[in-house]
Amino acid sequence: MQGNKVIGEAAIRTGCRFYAGYPITPQNELPEYMAESMCQVKGGVFIQSESEIAAIHMVAGASAAGARAMTSSSSPGISLKQEGISSMAACELPGVIVNMMRGGPGLGNISPAQGDYFQATRGGGHGDYRTIVLAPASGQELADLTMDAFDLADEYRMPVMILADGMMGQMMEPVVFKEPKPRQYRERYVLKGAGAGKSRFIRGLILDPRAMEEHNWKLARKYEVIAQKETRHEAFNTEDAQLIVTAYGTAARIAKGAIKRLHDAGLKVGLFRPITLWPFPSRELQEISERTDNFLVFELSTGQMIEDVHLALCGRGYVNFYGRPGGVVPTPVELAHVIARQYSKKDRHHE
Amino acid sequence: MTKKVFGKPKCLKENVFHYCAGCGHSIVHRLVAEVIDELDIRGITIGVPPAGCAVLAYNYFDIDMIEAQHGRGPAMATGIKRTLPDRVVFSYQGDGDLAAIGIAESFHAANRGENITVIFINNAVYGMTGGQMAPTTLLGQRTTTSPSGRDAVKEGYPIRISEILSSLPGTTFIERCTVNSPPNIIKAKKAIKKAFQYQIDGLGFSMIEVLSPCPTNWKMTPIAACKWIDEVMSKEFPLGIIKDIKSSDKGGKSHVG
Amino acid sequence: MLVKTIFCGFGGQGVLMMGHSLAHGAMMEGYQVTYLPAYGAEVRGGTANCTVAVGDEEIASPIASEPNYLVVMNTPSLYTFQNRVAPGGSLFLNSSIIEARPSRKDVDVYEIPCIEIAEKMGNPRAANVVMMGAFLKKTALVSPEVYLKSLETIMGSKKKMIADANRAAFAAGYELLKEYMENGCQANLGTIR
Repeated sequence: MQGNKVIGEAAIRTGCRFYAGYPITPQNELPEYMAESMCQVKGGVFIQSESEIAAIHMVAGASAAGARAMTSSSSPGISLKQEGISSMAACELPGVIVNMMRGGPGLGNISPAQGDYFQATRGGGHGDYRTIVLAPASGQELADLTMDAFDLADEYRMPVMILADGMMGQMMEPVVFKEPKPRQYRERYVLKGAGAGKSRFIRGLILDPRAMEEHNWKLARKYEVIAQKETRHEAFNTEDAQLIVTAYGTAARIAKGAIKRLHDAGLKVGLFRPITLWPFPSRELQEISERTDNFLVFELSTGQMIEDVHLALCGRGYVNFYGRPGGVVPTPVELAHVIARQYSKKDRHHE
Repeated sequence: MTKKVFGKPKCLKENVFHYCAGCGHSIVHRLVAEVIDELDIRGITIGVPPAGCAVLAYNYFDIDMIEAQHGRGPAMATGIKRTLPDRVVFSYQGDGDLAAIGIAESFHAANRGENITVIFINNAVYGMTGGQMAPTTLLGQRTTTSPSGRDAVKEGYPIRISEILSSLPGTTFIERCTVNSPPNIIKAKKAIKKAFQYQIDGLGFSMIEVLSPCPTNWKMTPIAACKWIDEVMSKEFPLGIIKDIKSSDKGGKSHVG
Repeated sequence: MLVKTIFCGFGGQGVLMMGHSLAHGAMMEGYQVTYLPAYGAEVRGGTANCTVAVGDEEIASPIASEPNYLVVMNTPSLYTFQNRVAPGGSLFLNSSIIEARPSRKDVDVYEIPCIEIAEKMGNPRAANVVMMGAFLKKTALVSPEVYLKSLETIMGSKKKMIADANRAAFAAGYELLKEYMENGCQANLGTIR
């Protein structure tokens, strides 16, 4: 199944019943899939909105009214959605946002890139907030993490972003859909008319600075729990590695290919792949840095995740960077040359 | 024996309105609340207040409410209504909210014929931010950002939103009212009630535009502001039913041109 | 085992369909697969290519640095991709419209006049299926029966006529290569033109 469609199918299977979106390459197969599927499930709603901005606010409305809701786009469209994402974070509304990144800044191009790391992991919109960011690297993970994204969004009542790129969206791989968990979301969070009871309101505007401060700390405490509990990563061949390549998503796939080649040539290279970009698996990377002190960060950008690697390592080890921004995707052989160079540099250093 | 003939609507809270003296918001709030009471829909109504003077509407309405970002009310109301089609959903928006930053959301919600009601407060200025020029500011009208009066060459013309939206097949009932006198207030309430009724009957998008006095930013006394609506503002924005799909003679009829 | 193939040609030649059907067939055979289309802004008339990886363990990179096989449907693609093929790999060439020949001496070249064959069968649109017949005879990544079933699944064609035409086209390509392999002539089938 094609990556974009995998996300759609996983979302529907896990109970997503509201989708709003606006066409943009390279993720159009996802809204198209939702348009077809939503009319086949009870209570399913698909809206092609007039803009990215409208789409995210429709999702916010549907979420407030109790629906599992999702929108998707690609880089320029995600910029437009930031107002709504910030608002959902403030109002503690769950929702899933898919970003199939493309080359940027500006309109950029439609090729696979990873230039939106900062935007995704630092909140993206205005204000003091975070979103959980999941970075799948295979068709299977697109399915699993989409389902998990809805569960996490409900559990922590916040927007969750799936950050992938055009290559993940277009690629086809065999996928097995896991059994979705039953939804855990309290009725009392849902706004559906006061009935005979007390009325409630959902708001992001808190004019009293003290109350606003308290709200900010409340969100911060929630983010602290997430940072403790929800980090995920994959470690590949890291046990006896002399060099650790750190990469996520598409870049990690290429890196793995390169590492397998180098392994055949006798080079001990491992891969550290963050699956949650926020929260970043810092502790896990620190543990690895006790065994290895040579790191190469590979991104399809000019260097964004490398800042989190530096923060995690706190000055320990040698950290180098290889980046290919703008939609250029190097082959595993090209990357293997880069890794091998860094590997031997390290040897010289020890001499 | 005494009989209570007048009181606070049930779905208004005890809080005192923060609005300026002579402001139309408090009157329209009250009318909407009375209509909700009379239609007995408090328990199934969800309101979407805007960014603007009415941003604190949830402090006054005793119904479920969710505040929208500036201009996004109709998008949010769309999400709510499509998820809960049997609820009554309305957005409450000012002229900057609806006719400037949120024109796309409003226009397309109307065009989709979303079965929601929009209460549109037109006071020809941005009230909350201090009286800047709005899309509905009249030609020649002085505001803090059109200090020598709105000039068509530089700033374009006041937008007649009701007439524009009435040209869309998705809209069912659009009326322009005002709240500057007791008879006009009674008319406005009737219009609001009708708009909600159209939604309850599942007919589609309805909107009530209210020409609302803003004495503070117009730099007038409340009485002068009410007069100004009669003598000036309603010449640019003619009062009356602009579209009613139930009465064929008004269907799609425009006051413009 | 890990085998990577790049299919390339004009948009509209069924290049993506070739890759998609191979990937589906290999999946049905129980292999790990990835199918990666290169997507462009144009819908028609541009160049199209896709990469299929087939392996018996997890496929690390869906991108092929040095594909084992290259299937080329037009001349520009030959120039673009010929240098990527791994030494000792195979290159399948649509000799009906490609006049040029690869400059590489370290790859096997199979010249398949797939358009002529398909035209002779009265079904010129099935040239890509003829090519797949030849490709799968050589590579044996997917058995003919499994492949044809995958092809029908992907095409979603319920019409028996189309399915039969595709079967015939596949068989023609398959037999062509079989004949030349049995005759011990592995490369440069130019003589069959």
